[in-house]
Amino acid sequence: MTMPSHAAGAPHVAAKAVDWSGSLRDAGFAAFVALLLTVPLVGLRTIDRPTGLGIEARPEEVVASVLLVFFGRLGLGLIGQGLALPVLFLALAAAAVGLAIPLPTQVLRLVLVAGGGIIALRAAFAVTTHRSKLTLAERDRKMDRVAAQVQHATKYIAPVAFIGAVLLPMTPLADRQLLDIGILLLTYIMLGWGLNIVVGLAGLLDLGYVAFYAVGAYSYALLAHYFGLSFWVCLPLAGLLAAFSGVLLGFPVLRLRGDYFAIVTLGFGEIVRIILVNWYQFTGGPNGISGIPRPSFFGLAEFSRTPAEGMAAFHELFGLEFSPLHRIVFMYYLILALALAVNLFTLRIRKLPLGRAWEALREDEIASASLGINRTNMKLAAFAIAAMFGGFAGSFFATRQGFISPESFTFIESAIILAIVVLGGMGSQAGVVVATLLVIGLPEAFRELADYRMLAFGMGMVVIMLWRPRGLLAHRDPTILLHGGKKPATGGAAR
Amino acid sequence: MSAVTSTAMTDDKPLLSVEHLTMRFGGLVANNDVSFVARAGEITALIGPNGAGKTTLFNCVTGFYTPTVGRLTLRHSDGKEFLLERMPGYRIAQQAGVARTFQNIRLFGGMSVLENLIVAQHNKLMRASGFAIAGLLGLPTYRAAENEALELAKYWLDRVKLTEFADWEAGNLPYGAQRRLEIARAMCTEPVLLCLDEPAAGLNPRESGDLAEILTFIRDARNPNGRQTGVLLIEHDMSVVMRISDHVVVLDYGRKISDGDPNSVKNDPAVIRAYLGEDEDADLPPEIAADLSVSAPAAQKGA
Repeated sequence: MTMPSHAAGAPHVAAKAVDWSGSLRDAGFAAFVALLLTVPLVGLRTIDRPTGLGIEARPEEVVASVLLVFFGRLGLGLIGQGLALPVLFLALAAAAVGLAIPLPTQVLRLVLVAGGGIIALRAAFAVTTHRSKLTLAERDRKMDRVAAQVQHATKYIAPVAFIGAVLLPMTPLADRQLLDIGILLLTYIMLGWGLNIVVGLAGLLDLGYVAFYAVGAYSYALLAHYFGLSFWVCLPLAGLLAAFSGVLLGFPVLRLRGDYFAIVTLGFGEIVRIILVNWYQFTGGPNGISGIPRPSFFGLAEFSRTPAEGMAAFHELFGLEFSPLHRIVFMYYLILALALAVNLFTLRIRKLPLGRAWEALREDEIASASLGINRTNMKLAAFAIAAMFGGFAGSFFATRQGFISPESFTFIESAIILAIVVLGGMGSQAGVVVATLLVIGLPEAFRELADYRMLAFGMGMVVIMLWRPRGLLAHRDPTILLHGGKKPATGGAAR
Repeated sequence: MSAVTSTAMTDDKPLLSVEHLTMRFGGLVANNDVSFVARAGEITALIGPNGAGKTTLFNCVTGFYTPTVGRLTLRHSDGKEFLLERMPGYRIAQQAGVARTFQNIRLFGGMSVLENLIVAQHNKLMRASGFAIAGLLGLPTYRAAENEALELAKYWLDRVKLTEFADWEAGNLPYGAQRRLEIARAMCTEPVLLCLDEPAAGLNPRESGDLAEILTFIRDARNPNGRQTGVLLIEHDMSVVMRISDHVVVLDYGRKISDGDPNSVKNDPAVIRAYLGEDEDADLPPEIAADLSVSAPAAQKGA
């Protein structure tokens, strides 16, 4: 995994004799370095004893790591010398042995399975590149073409996905858990599409997007708490307040560029969270706000068995049997509609002067200024609009959870939303959906694997960054064509 | 609109007058008391050896720098005057109508050729789209404006012979085509003054021939309202400069050393000295000349 450049050179050295002693020496040295590092990092573990902190030694783990590094390095070295195929078989055999035969220790098993698997993957990669005889650049171009085709295919996939998303709650599959995952995914898709306006279109690396999410959530929670306003009044207000906070942040920050800009937005995200933690009298501090009212059915009816005075019950209004699932389904449709609104907005704005100016700013700020584009206003607009969508998502989050605290708005949330945008391919709407399914959906689906899912998540990120450094679907289509018979469909068709 | 024709205007009042322009960066004086005028319907070339301060002067005119001292006045044919040194950069392009190209090409590489030309008409389209609101609602006023913008883009694509590349990514065009596209993009802002920073750099003779043709076309063409465009040109390719420019200004070490039509500039001794050097010791202060004559034989002995 560490040296993909070796793969291309492999076929040429195949004829040479294999340098066994060199490979062994190299692997031995790597294992020695691993030993030095793992003894303090892995081998010692602090544990809580009644008398205080104690230290526990973990020799098996150290041995396992060192063996992993030794055989891994050896395998890599041999792959580099053209022995990819034998290494592949050996590694697969080792993994199979680890799986099939009951071994005395769990650690040895891990070494065989994980190490064998990784080396086998690497060897298989070397074998295929050797077979395909493509250079790295050719492979990149080929993958770009595939991505472009996938993106063109979204024209047809998107309506199907949309209909599927609409029909999902009506299918017998739709239980509480599935709908909850659906709501979670749609929330992140909406946030990803919102951040895509700033990062993907305007090219401003915003590391504090979660601040606007927090502003939206707390706007609704506090307005409902202190003034008793309903969700449907608060939703636009939360969006406005978030947009306002976006402008407030934007004025001083937009003079900065690149890394400096990113750092200041990161700081802003933390400032918002710290204010929420410390302004105890107003925001409830770390305890958060609980008992946030649930949304009503457009102010007409409530989703409870016994509605409040003067309100109708949803199930009575429609003559249905009462079910707690009704509210979940309503929430699902609500976030679906909100997310689609963001998507429609972005698809349209890209074809308008505002969106084109954002993309121009992303490409070259100096040239944009020379064409009379007011950089500050354009960036502020991007910031405010993205913040507004973040605010909508935030107030939805507040009403869905019924409880919010600063815990929900830490930096890791910003990082995940940004990861979705970057992995999907900056500026690509379909990419955001695919990346959300990968980043949020897969860990949710494999919840049983506990901590290993984060390991897999990290490995997935590395693989994507190696193979598609510009994101999964990074292909960009022009927003206007002079002579192309196939005009891209307008409106919601292409997401 | 005034009834005065633009030719009458250019006779008494130039399009751009640069008066006593001085630009200092700390202790470095990039432009020192430079004054000249550029007229509509003329190509004014700005030449000089490397480091003479040509690009700095350009950046002052186009608002990327604010000059330390001096006044830059731009006059439209309807009599409006703009003091460029007091305007922020983007307004100079937006209101005064000054467009520019860059020494190292600055296109929107990830966008298509056509998109580059549409972005150039940003301000016009932004108004037509009601600052994106009417555009989002899909009102017909915006669609009409966009079609108009498309027509202008097509016109310039045709002029710079890039029509067949319209849907290409601008960054994938060959170098010469990128140069031409940058000029087309600047022209799509419908400027009164076009500033070109070394447009022929890196072009082969055929391409610079094409370029000269485009520039003379821009100079001679009239807008529907009878307005002519002035061209301000920095160029090192003397064959291009001497062929197409109507007026040449020569800078050296930040000062203007010559100003006039191409022929008189070509024969100006000050210009020849700046480009080709001068007879040794001719202008040196006596003490340095004396030092040189002493140290030269000493150096020979040492070697």
